[in-house]
Amino acid sequence: MPWMLPTILRNLLSRPVTRRYPFDDVREPFAGYKGRIDFDADRCDLCGDCARVCPSLAIEVTLESRQITYDPFKCIYCATCVEICLPRAIGQDRRYTKPALSKGVETIEVPV
Amino acid sequence: MARTVIPFGPQHPVLPEPIHLKLELEDEKVIGVMPVIGYVHRGIEKAAELNTFRQNINLMDRICGICSFIHSLTYCQGIESLIGVEVPARARFLRVFWSELSRAHSHLLWLGLLADAMGFESLFMQCWRAREMVLDISEMTAGHRIIQASCTIGGVRRDMDEEMVREVEKRLIALRQLVDSSIHGVFLHDPTIRQRTAGKGVLSKDQAEVLGAVGHVARASGVAVDMRQTGYAAYGELGFEPVVETGCDSHARVVVRTRELYQSIDLMRRSLTAMPDGRILIRVDGYPVGETVSRCEQPRGEVIYYLKGNGTNHLERLKIRTPTFANIPPLLAMMPGCELADAPVIALSIDPCISCTER
Ligand code: SF4
Ligand code: SF4
Repeated sequence: MPWMLPTILRNLLSRPVTRRYPFDDVREPFAGYKGRIDFDADRCDLCGDCARVCPSLAIEVTLESRQITYDPFKCIYCATCVEICLPRAIGQDRRYTKPALSKGVETIEVPV
Repeated sequence: MARTVIPFGPQHPVLPEPIHLKLELEDEKVIGVMPVIGYVHRGIEKAAELNTFRQNINLMDRICGICSFIHSLTYCQGIESLIGVEVPARARFLRVFWSELSRAHSHLLWLGLLADAMGFESLFMQCWRAREMVLDISEMTAGHRIIQASCTIGGVRRDMDEEMVREVEKRLIALRQLVDSSIHGVFLHDPTIRQRTAGKGVLSKDQAEVLGAVGHVARASGVAVDMRQTGYAAYGELGFEPVVETGCDSHARVVVRTRELYQSIDLMRRSLTAMPDGRILIRVDGYPVGETVSRCEQPRGEVIYYLKGNGTNHLERLKIRTPTFANIPPLLAMMPGCELADAPVIALSIDPCISCTER
Protein backbone atom coordinates (compact mmCIF):
# COMPACT_ATOMS: atom_id res chain seq x y z
CA MET A 1 0.00 0.00 0.00
CA PRO A 2 2.64 2.67 0.89
CA TRP A 3 4.00 2.62 -2.67
CA MET A 4 0.55 3.15 -4.08
CA LEU A 5 -0.42 5.98 -1.74
CA PRO A 6 0.97 8.92 -3.78
CA THR A 7 -0.91 7.69 -6.86
CA ILE A 8 -4.11 7.25 -4.89
CA LEU A 9 -3.84 10.79 -3.51
CA ARG A 10 -3.03 12.19 -6.95
CA ASN A 11 -6.01 10.39 -8.45
CA LEU A 12 -8.24 11.55 -5.64
CA LEU A 13 -7.39 15.18 -6.27
CA SER A 14 -7.47 15.14 -10.08
CA ARG A 15 -10.26 14.87 -12.60
CA PRO A 16 -11.58 11.37 -13.30
CA VAL A 17 -10.05 9.64 -16.34
CA THR A 18 -13.18 7.64 -16.98
CA ARG A 19 -16.27 8.95 -18.72
CA ARG A 20 -19.70 8.66 -17.21
CA TYR A 21 -21.25 6.74 -20.07
CA PRO A 22 -24.10 7.06 -21.06
CA PHE A 23 -24.40 10.52 -19.43
CA ASP A 24 -21.22 11.82 -21.06
CA ASP A 25 -20.35 11.31 -24.69
CA VAL A 26 -17.74 8.71 -25.52
CA ARG A 27 -14.75 9.89 -27.49
CA GLU A 28 -14.92 9.80 -31.27
CA PRO A 29 -13.43 6.67 -32.82
CA PHE A 30 -10.06 7.21 -34.53
CA ALA A 31 -9.94 7.95 -38.24
CA GLY A 32 -9.12 4.42 -39.31
CA TYR A 33 -11.67 2.68 -37.12
CA LYS A 34 -13.28 -0.27 -38.86
CA GLY A 35 -16.94 0.38 -38.25
CA ARG A 36 -20.15 -0.02 -40.20
CA ILE A 37 -20.12 -1.44 -43.71
CA ASP A 38 -22.02 0.59 -46.32
CA PHE A 39 -22.68 -0.50 -49.88
CA ASP A 40 -22.82 2.02 -52.67
CA ALA A 41 -25.17 0.23 -55.05
CA ASP A 42 -24.48 2.60 -57.95
CA ARG A 43 -20.84 1.63 -58.10
CA CYS A 44 -21.27 -2.12 -57.66
CA ASP A 45 -20.82 -4.28 -60.75
CA LEU A 46 -21.97 -7.47 -59.02
CA CYS A 47 -18.63 -9.21 -59.47
CA GLY A 48 -19.17 -11.15 -56.24
CA ASP A 49 -15.60 -10.72 -55.00
CA CYS A 50 -16.77 -9.47 -51.63
CA ALA A 51 -18.93 -12.54 -51.03
CA ARG A 52 -16.05 -14.78 -52.08
CA VAL A 53 -13.52 -13.34 -49.63
CA CYS A 54 -15.75 -12.63 -46.66
CA PRO A 55 -14.43 -14.87 -43.87
CA SER A 56 -17.74 -15.04 -42.06
CA LEU A 57 -19.98 -15.45 -45.12
CA ALA A 58 -21.90 -12.31 -44.27
CA ILE A 59 -22.42 -11.20 -47.88
CA GLU A 60 -24.36 -12.90 -50.63
CA VAL A 61 -24.41 -11.58 -54.17
CA THR A 62 -27.19 -12.76 -56.47
CA LEU A 63 -26.59 -11.89 -60.07
CA GLU A 64 -30.08 -12.84 -61.35
CA SER A 65 -32.05 -10.62 -59.02
CA ARG A 66 -29.22 -8.01 -58.85
CA GLN A 67 -29.22 -8.08 -55.08
CA ILE A 68 -26.64 -8.04 -52.36
CA THR A 69 -27.66 -9.28 -48.93
CA TYR A 70 -25.49 -8.30 -46.03
CA ASP A 71 -25.88 -9.68 -42.54
CA PRO A 72 -24.43 -7.22 -40.00
CA PHE A 73 -24.73 -9.82 -37.26
CA LYS A 74 -22.43 -12.23 -39.03
CA CYS A 75 -20.00 -9.51 -40.06
CA ILE A 76 -16.81 -9.31 -38.01
CA TYR A 77 -15.80 -5.88 -39.39
CA CYS A 78 -12.55 -7.17 -40.78
CA ALA A 79 -12.65 -4.91 -43.85
CA THR A 80 -11.55 -7.66 -46.22
CA CYS A 81 -14.48 -6.87 -48.52
CA VAL A 82 -13.63 -3.17 -48.47
CA GLU A 83 -10.08 -3.92 -49.57
CA ILE A 84 -11.06 -6.35 -52.33
CA CYS A 85 -13.83 -4.33 -54.00
CA LEU A 86 -12.26 -2.82 -57.13
CA PRO A 87 -14.99 -0.24 -57.98
CA ARG A 88 -14.87 0.89 -54.32
CA ALA A 89 -18.53 0.14 -53.82
CA ILE A 90 -18.06 -0.84 -50.20
CA GLY A 91 -17.29 1.82 -47.67
CA GLN A 92 -16.59 1.49 -44.00
CA ASP A 93 -17.05 4.44 -41.75
CA ARG A 94 -16.19 4.90 -38.14
CA ARG A 95 -19.63 4.65 -36.63
CA TYR A 96 -19.92 1.89 -34.06
CA THR A 97 -22.54 -0.68 -34.82
CA LYS A 98 -25.08 -0.42 -32.09
CA PRO A 99 -26.83 -3.32 -30.44
CA ALA A 100 -30.24 -4.01 -31.97
CA LEU A 101 -33.50 -5.47 -30.78
CA SER A 102 -33.95 -7.78 -33.72
CA LYS A 103 -31.62 -9.50 -36.12
CA GLY A 104 -32.02 -9.17 -39.84
CA VAL A 105 -30.18 -8.88 -43.09
CA GLU A 106 -29.87 -5.78 -45.21
CA THR A 107 -30.79 -6.15 -48.84
CA ILE A 108 -29.19 -3.84 -51.35
CA GLU A 109 -30.71 -3.56 -54.81
CA VAL A 110 -28.17 -2.87 -57.50
CA PRO A 111 -29.61 -0.71 -60.32
CA VAL A 112 -29.06 -1.81 -63.91
CA MET B 1 -5.00 -35.90 8.98
CA ALA B 2 -8.26 -35.91 7.05
CA ARG B 3 -8.08 -34.77 3.46
CA THR B 4 -10.55 -32.46 1.80
CA VAL B 5 -11.00 -31.76 -1.88
CA ILE B 6 -11.91 -28.18 -2.65
CA PRO B 7 -12.98 -27.32 -6.19
CA PHE B 8 -11.27 -24.19 -7.48
CA GLY B 9 -13.04 -22.92 -10.58
CA PRO B 10 -14.40 -23.21 -13.22
CA GLN B 11 -16.25 -20.20 -11.80
CA HIS B 12 -14.05 -18.23 -9.48
CA PRO B 13 -13.68 -14.48 -8.99
CA VAL B 14 -9.98 -14.46 -9.90
CA LEU B 15 -10.34 -16.63 -12.97
CA PRO B 16 -11.09 -14.69 -16.12
CA GLU B 17 -11.67 -17.98 -17.89
CA PRO B 18 -12.91 -21.38 -16.79
CA ILE B 19 -10.39 -23.93 -15.61
CA HIS B 20 -11.20 -26.35 -12.85
CA LEU B 21 -8.55 -27.31 -10.32
CA LYS B 22 -9.36 -29.93 -7.73
CA LEU B 23 -7.29 -28.91 -4.75
CA GLU B 24 -6.56 -31.68 -2.32
CA LEU B 25 -6.05 -30.19 1.13
CA GLU B 26 -4.66 -31.26 4.40
CA ASP B 27 -5.92 -28.65 6.83
CA GLU B 28 -5.18 -25.39 4.96
CA LYS B 29 -2.29 -26.79 2.97
CA VAL B 30 -2.59 -27.84 -0.64
CA ILE B 31 -1.00 -31.25 -1.13
CA GLY B 32 -2.26 -32.18 -4.57
CA VAL B 33 -3.86 -30.62 -7.63
CA MET B 34 -5.81 -32.18 -10.44
CA PRO B 35 -6.69 -29.96 -13.40
CA VAL B 36 -9.83 -30.40 -15.46
CA ILE B 37 -10.06 -28.56 -18.75
CA GLY B 38 -12.58 -28.54 -21.55
CA TYR B 39 -15.03 -25.82 -20.60
CA VAL B 40 -14.52 -23.53 -23.58
CA HIS B 41 -13.66 -25.89 -26.38
CA ARG B 42 -14.74 -24.25 -29.63
CA GLY B 43 -13.55 -26.69 -32.27
CA ILE B 44 -11.26 -24.18 -33.95
CA GLU B 45 -8.81 -26.75 -35.31
CA LYS B 46 -11.62 -28.54 -37.10
CA ALA B 47 -13.12 -25.28 -38.32
CA ALA B 48 -9.69 -24.41 -39.73
CA GLU B 49 -9.86 -27.48 -41.94
CA LEU B 50 -13.30 -26.56 -43.23
CA ASN B 51 -12.52 -22.90 -43.93
CA THR B 52 -10.29 -21.80 -46.75
CA PHE B 53 -6.77 -21.04 -45.66
CA ARG B 54 -7.32 -17.31 -46.14
CA GLN B 55 -10.50 -17.25 -44.08
CA ASN B 56 -8.50 -18.93 -41.35
CA ILE B 57 -6.48 -15.77 -40.74
CA ASN B 58 -9.53 -14.15 -39.19
CA LEU B 59 -10.34 -17.31 -37.28
CA MET B 60 -6.82 -17.45 -35.83
CA ASP B 61 -7.24 -13.82 -34.75
CA ARG B 62 -10.09 -15.00 -32.59
CA ILE B 63 -8.41 -17.89 -30.78
CA CYS B 64 -7.44 -15.45 -28.09
CA GLY B 65 -8.54 -11.88 -27.61
CA ILE B 66 -5.31 -10.80 -26.02
CA CYS B 67 -2.65 -12.31 -28.22
CA SER B 68 -4.83 -12.17 -31.30
CA PHE B 69 -2.23 -10.57 -33.54
CA ILE B 70 0.47 -13.10 -32.70
CA HIS B 71 -1.85 -16.01 -33.44
CA SER B 72 -2.54 -14.73 -36.92
CA LEU B 73 1.14 -13.86 -37.33
CA THR B 74 2.20 -17.41 -36.48
CA TYR B 75 -0.38 -18.78 -38.86
CA CYS B 76 0.60 -16.42 -41.68
CA GLN B 77 4.29 -17.19 -41.20
CA GLY B 78 3.48 -20.89 -41.49
CA ILE B 79 1.50 -20.42 -44.70
CA GLU B 80 4.18 -18.11 -46.10
CA SER B 81 6.85 -20.73 -45.54
CA LEU B 82 4.67 -23.40 -47.18
CA ILE B 83 4.01 -21.27 -50.24
CA GLY B 84 7.52 -19.85 -50.18
CA VAL B 85 7.05 -16.09 -50.07
CA GLU B 86 9.34 -13.43 -48.71
CA VAL B 87 7.57 -10.74 -46.70
CA PRO B 88 8.58 -7.11 -47.41
CA ALA B 89 10.87 -5.54 -44.81
CA ARG B 90 8.45 -2.81 -43.79
CA ALA B 91 5.76 -5.39 -43.09
CA ARG B 92 8.13 -7.33 -40.87
CA PHE B 93 8.80 -4.27 -38.75
CA LEU B 94 5.09 -3.50 -38.52
CA ARG B 95 4.52 -7.07 -37.43
CA VAL B 96 6.98 -6.55 -34.59
CA PHE B 97 5.18 -3.35 -33.67
CA TRP B 98 1.78 -4.99 -33.40
CA SER B 99 3.19 -8.08 -31.68
CA GLU B 100 4.72 -5.89 -29.01
CA LEU B 101 1.56 -3.84 -28.74
CA SER B 102 -0.33 -7.05 -28.00
CA ARG B 103 2.30 -7.97 -25.47
CA ALA B 104 2.07 -4.62 -23.71
CA HIS B 105 -1.72 -4.98 -23.69
CA SER B 106 -1.54 -8.50 -22.31
CA HIS B 107 1.03 -7.72 -19.64
CA LEU B 108 -0.88 -4.69 -18.37
CA LEU B 109 -4.10 -6.64 -18.33
CA TRP B 110 -2.48 -9.46 -16.42
CA LEU B 111 -0.75 -7.18 -13.92
CA GLY B 112 -4.14 -5.60 -13.27
CA LEU B 113 -5.84 -8.97 -12.83
CA LEU B 114 -3.13 -10.10 -10.47
CA ALA B 115 -3.55 -6.97 -8.37
CA ASP B 116 -7.29 -7.62 -8.42
CA ALA B 117 -6.75 -11.22 -7.27
CA MET B 118 -4.94 -9.85 -4.24
CA GLY B 119 -7.74 -7.42 -3.58
CA PHE B 120 -5.57 -4.45 -4.60
CA GLU B 121 -8.31 -2.60 -6.49
CA SER B 122 -6.59 0.75 -6.92
CA LEU B 123 -3.59 -0.84 -8.59
CA PHE B 124 -5.90 -2.88 -10.80
CA MET B 125 -7.58 0.32 -11.97
CA GLN B 126 -4.22 1.98 -12.56
CA CYS B 127 -2.99 -0.92 -14.73
CA TRP B 128 -6.15 -0.90 -16.76
CA ARG B 129 -5.87 2.83 -17.18
CA ALA B 130 -2.48 2.27 -18.78
CA ARG B 131 -3.93 -0.57 -20.83
CA GLU B 132 -6.49 1.84 -22.21
CA MET B 133 -3.64 3.87 -23.72
CA VAL B 134 -2.39 0.74 -25.46
CA LEU B 135 -5.87 0.00 -26.78
CA ASP B 136 -6.10 3.53 -28.15
CA ILE B 137 -2.88 2.99 -30.08
CA SER B 138 -4.29 -0.27 -31.35
CA GLU B 139 -7.47 1.38 -32.54
CA MET B 140 -5.55 4.20 -34.15
CA THR B 141 -3.11 1.99 -36.04
CA ALA B 142 -5.08 -1.17 -36.77
CA GLY B 143 -8.70 -0.03 -36.65
CA HIS B 144 -9.81 -2.19 -33.75
CA ARG B 145 -9.12 -2.08 -30.06
CA ILE B 146 -8.64 -5.77 -29.39
CA ILE B 147 -8.72 -7.95 -32.50
CA GLN B 148 -6.34 -6.00 -34.68
CA ALA B 149 -6.87 -8.14 -37.79
CA SER B 150 -3.95 -6.44 -39.47
CA CYS B 151 -1.81 -9.43 -40.36
CA THR B 152 -2.30 -11.25 -43.60
CA ILE B 153 -0.46 -13.71 -45.82
CA GLY B 154 2.32 -11.80 -47.55
CA GLY B 155 2.55 -8.85 -45.20
CA VAL B 156 0.28 -6.61 -43.18
CA ARG B 157 -2.94 -4.84 -44.09
CA ARG B 158 -2.33 -1.39 -42.72
CA ASP B 159 0.46 1.08 -43.08
CA MET B 160 1.41 4.00 -40.89
CA ASP B 161 2.27 7.42 -42.20
CA GLU B 162 4.77 9.82 -40.67
CA GLU B 163 2.14 11.66 -38.71
CA MET B 164 0.77 8.48 -37.17
CA VAL B 165 4.24 7.28 -36.25
CA ARG B 166 4.87 10.57 -34.43
CA GLU B 167 1.53 10.32 -32.62
CA VAL B 168 2.22 6.71 -31.60
CA GLU B 169 5.66 7.73 -30.34
CA LYS B 170 4.08 10.43 -28.23
CA ARG B 171 1.57 8.04 -26.76
CA LEU B 172 4.23 5.42 -26.05
CA ILE B 173 6.27 7.98 -24.14
CA ALA B 174 3.18 8.90 -22.12
CA LEU B 175 2.51 5.22 -21.46
CA ARG B 176 6.05 4.71 -20.26
CA GLN B 177 5.74 7.67 -17.93
CA LEU B 178 2.51 6.35 -16.47
CA VAL B 179 4.01 2.90 -15.93
CA ASP B 180 7.08 4.50 -14.39
CA SER B 181 5.22 6.76 -12.05
CA SER B 182 2.50 4.51 -10.73
CA ILE B 183 2.83 0.85 -11.70
CA HIS B 184 6.41 -0.36 -11.92
CA GLY B 185 7.53 0.63 -8.42
CA VAL B 186 4.42 -0.75 -6.78
CA PHE B 187 4.84 -4.20 -8.29
CA LEU B 188 8.52 -4.26 -7.45
CA HIS B 189 8.55 -2.94 -3.91
CA ASP B 190 5.10 -2.78 -2.38
CA PRO B 191 4.97 -4.93 0.78
CA THR B 192 1.42 -6.14 0.01
CA ILE B 193 2.49 -7.46 -3.39
CA ARG B 194 5.67 -8.94 -1.99
CA GLN B 195 3.89 -10.74 0.82
CA ARG B 196 1.42 -12.32 -1.55
CA THR B 197 3.95 -13.34 -4.20
CA ALA B 198 7.50 -13.68 -2.83
CA GLY B 199 8.33 -17.28 -2.03
CA LYS B 200 4.95 -18.46 -3.31
CA GLY B 201 4.53 -20.86 -6.19
CA VAL B 202 8.18 -21.81 -6.43
CA LEU B 203 9.30 -23.58 -9.59
CA SER B 204 12.98 -24.43 -9.66
CA LYS B 205 15.06 -24.12 -12.81
CA ASP B 206 15.31 -27.90 -13.13
CA GLN B 207 11.57 -28.33 -12.77
CA ALA B 208 10.95 -25.61 -15.34
CA GLU B 209 13.22 -27.36 -17.82
CA VAL B 210 11.89 -30.86 -17.15
CA LEU B 211 8.22 -29.86 -17.22
CA GLY B 212 8.67 -27.78 -20.34
CA ALA B 213 7.63 -24.41 -18.96
CA VAL B 214 7.48 -21.62 -21.51
CA GLY B 215 7.28 -17.85 -21.48
CA HIS B 216 7.55 -15.82 -18.32
CA VAL B 217 7.17 -18.93 -16.15
CA ALA B 218 10.38 -20.37 -17.58
CA ARG B 219 12.18 -17.03 -17.66
CA ALA B 220 11.31 -16.30 -14.03
CA SER B 221 12.97 -19.61 -13.14
CA GLY B 222 16.17 -18.65 -14.90
CA VAL B 223 15.59 -20.46 -18.20
CA ALA B 224 16.33 -18.07 -21.05
CA VAL B 225 13.83 -19.31 -23.60
CA ASP B 226 12.11 -16.84 -25.84
CA MET B 227 11.08 -17.50 -29.40
CA ARG B 228 11.96 -13.93 -30.33
CA GLN B 229 15.59 -15.04 -30.09
CA THR B 230 15.02 -16.99 -33.31
CA GLY B 231 14.69 -13.62 -35.03
CA TYR B 232 11.36 -14.11 -36.78
CA ALA B 233 9.67 -11.06 -38.30
CA ALA B 234 12.19 -8.27 -37.65
CA TYR B 235 13.42 -9.35 -34.22
CA GLY B 236 16.68 -10.45 -35.84
CA GLU B 237 17.42 -6.95 -37.10
CA LEU B 238 16.24 -5.23 -33.93
CA GLY B 239 18.39 -7.31 -31.63
CA PHE B 240 16.72 -9.01 -28.76
CA GLU B 241 17.73 -10.29 -25.34
CA PRO B 242 15.21 -12.19 -23.20
CA VAL B 243 14.38 -10.90 -19.73
CA VAL B 244 15.46 -13.50 -17.18
CA GLU B 245 14.99 -13.56 -13.43
CA THR B 246 16.23 -16.18 -11.02
CA GLY B 247 13.75 -15.77 -8.17
CA CYS B 248 11.72 -18.83 -9.31
CA ASP B 249 8.60 -17.60 -7.43
CA SER B 250 5.46 -15.65 -8.29
CA HIS B 251 7.23 -12.39 -7.57
CA ALA B 252 9.92 -13.19 -10.11
CA ARG B 253 7.14 -13.74 -12.65
CA VAL B 254 5.73 -10.32 -11.84
CA VAL B 255 9.18 -8.77 -12.22
CA VAL B 256 9.77 -10.51 -15.56
CA ARG B 257 6.52 -9.15 -16.84
CA THR B 258 7.02 -5.59 -15.64
CA ARG B 259 10.48 -5.60 -17.21
CA GLU B 260 9.07 -7.06 -20.41
CA LEU B 261 6.55 -4.27 -20.50
CA TYR B 262 9.41 -1.77 -20.76
CA GLN B 263 11.10 -4.00 -23.29
CA SER B 264 7.95 -4.05 -25.41
CA ILE B 265 7.59 -0.29 -25.34
CA ASP B 266 11.24 0.00 -26.28
CA LEU B 267 10.92 -2.55 -29.11
CA MET B 268 7.86 -0.75 -30.47
CA ARG B 269 9.70 2.54 -30.58
CA ARG B 270 12.77 0.97 -32.13
CA SER B 271 10.75 -0.86 -34.76
CA LEU B 272 9.02 2.37 -35.76
CA THR B 273 12.36 4.18 -36.02
CA ALA B 274 14.11 1.40 -37.91
CA MET B 275 11.20 0.68 -40.24
CA PRO B 276 12.35 1.03 -43.87
CA ASP B 277 10.11 2.51 -46.57
CA GLY B 278 8.54 0.28 -49.12
CA ARG B 279 5.69 -2.09 -49.65
CA ILE B 280 3.75 -3.65 -46.85
CA LEU B 281 2.12 -6.46 -48.77
CA ILE B 282 3.02 -8.66 -51.68
CA ARG B 283 0.66 -10.64 -53.79
CA VAL B 284 0.61 -14.31 -52.89
CA ASP B 285 -0.58 -16.83 -55.44
CA GLY B 286 -0.59 -20.53 -54.99
CA TYR B 287 -1.67 -22.90 -52.31
CA PRO B 288 0.14 -24.32 -49.30
CA VAL B 289 1.78 -27.69 -49.93
CA GLY B 290 3.69 -29.78 -47.41
CA GLU B 291 4.11 -29.55 -43.67
CA THR B 292 5.68 -26.96 -41.47
CA VAL B 293 5.96 -25.88 -37.88
CA SER B 294 5.69 -22.20 -37.09
CA ARG B 295 6.69 -20.81 -33.69
CA CYS B 296 6.29 -17.38 -32.16
CA GLU B 297 6.56 -15.86 -28.72
CA GLN B 298 3.24 -14.86 -27.30
CA PRO B 299 2.81 -12.78 -24.16
CA ARG B 300 2.37 -16.06 -22.29
CA GLY B 301 5.11 -18.01 -24.01
CA GLU B 302 5.85 -20.02 -27.07
CA VAL B 303 3.02 -20.94 -29.41
CA ILE B 304 3.47 -23.74 -31.92
CA TYR B 305 1.46 -24.15 -35.09
CA TYR B 306 1.73 -27.30 -37.13
CA LEU B 307 0.34 -26.83 -40.64
CA LYS B 308 -0.18 -29.40 -43.32
CA GLY B 309 -1.33 -28.34 -46.74
CA ASN B 310 -2.16 -30.47 -49.75
CA GLY B 311 -2.07 -27.91 -52.51
CA THR B 312 -5.76 -27.01 -52.25
CA ASN B 313 -7.60 -24.08 -50.78
CA HIS B 314 -8.11 -25.97 -47.53
CA LEU B 315 -5.53 -27.10 -45.02
CA GLU B 316 -5.37 -30.78 -44.30
CA ARG B 317 -4.46 -30.25 -40.68
CA LEU B 318 -3.79 -27.39 -38.33
CA LYS B 319 -2.58 -28.14 -34.86
CA ILE B 320 -2.03 -25.42 -32.30
CA ARG B 321 -0.10 -25.82 -29.06
CA THR B 322 -0.64 -22.74 -26.97
CA PRO B 323 1.60 -21.56 -24.12
CA THR B 324 -0.89 -22.07 -21.30
CA PHE B 325 -1.18 -25.72 -22.22
CA ALA B 326 2.57 -26.05 -21.70
CA ASN B 327 2.40 -24.11 -18.45
CA ILE B 328 -0.25 -26.25 -16.74
CA PRO B 329 2.20 -29.03 -15.70
CA PRO B 330 4.52 -26.44 -14.08
CA LEU B 331 1.47 -24.98 -12.30
CA LEU B 332 0.72 -28.39 -10.83
CA ALA B 333 4.28 -28.56 -9.55
CA MET B 334 4.09 -25.07 -7.99
CA MET B 335 0.96 -25.57 -5.98
CA PRO B 336 1.64 -28.44 -3.55
CA GLY B 337 2.76 -27.02 -0.23
CA CYS B 338 1.04 -23.67 -0.58
CA GLU B 339 -1.76 -22.31 1.58
CA LEU B 340 -5.27 -22.45 0.19
CA ALA B 341 -5.45 -18.64 0.29
CA ASP B 342 -2.42 -18.41 -2.00
CA ALA B 343 -3.76 -20.83 -4.59
CA PRO B 344 -5.63 -18.18 -6.65
CA VAL B 345 -2.60 -15.91 -6.92
CA ILE B 346 -0.34 -18.82 -7.87
CA ALA B 347 -2.83 -20.02 -10.48
CA LEU B 348 -2.98 -16.53 -11.90
CA SER B 349 0.79 -16.16 -11.87
CA ILE B 350 1.12 -18.41 -14.93
CA ASP B 351 -1.43 -16.16 -16.66
CA PRO B 352 -3.75 -18.96 -17.69
CA CYS B 353 -5.53 -18.38 -20.97
CA ILE B 354 -8.03 -21.17 -21.23
CA SER B 355 -9.71 -20.11 -24.46
CA CYS B 356 -6.31 -20.43 -26.11
CA THR B 357 -5.60 -23.75 -24.47
CA GLU B 358 -8.81 -25.39 -25.57
CA ARG B 359 -9.24 -23.57 -28.86
S1 SF4 C 1 -19.68 -4.71 -53.72
FE1 SF4 C 1 -17.76 -4.64 -54.83
S2 SF4 C 1 -16.88 -6.68 -54.59
FE2 SF4 C 1 -19.03 -6.82 -53.99
S3 SF4 C 1 -20.08 -7.47 -55.82
FE3 SF4 C 1 -20.18 -5.23 -55.79
S4 SF4 C 1 -18.38 -4.59 -56.97
FE4 SF4 C 1 -18.07 -6.74 -56.48
S1 SF4 D 1 -16.09 -6.63 -43.02
FE1 SF4 D 1 -15.34 -8.73 -43.16
S2 SF4 D 1 -16.94 -9.96 -42.22
FE2 SF4 D 1 -17.87 -7.97 -42.65
S3 SF4 D 1 -18.82 -8.24 -44.65
FE3 SF4 D 1 -16.76 -7.41 -45.01
S4 SF4 D 1 -15.47 -9.22 -45.34
FE4 SF4 D 1 -17.38 -9.93 -44.40
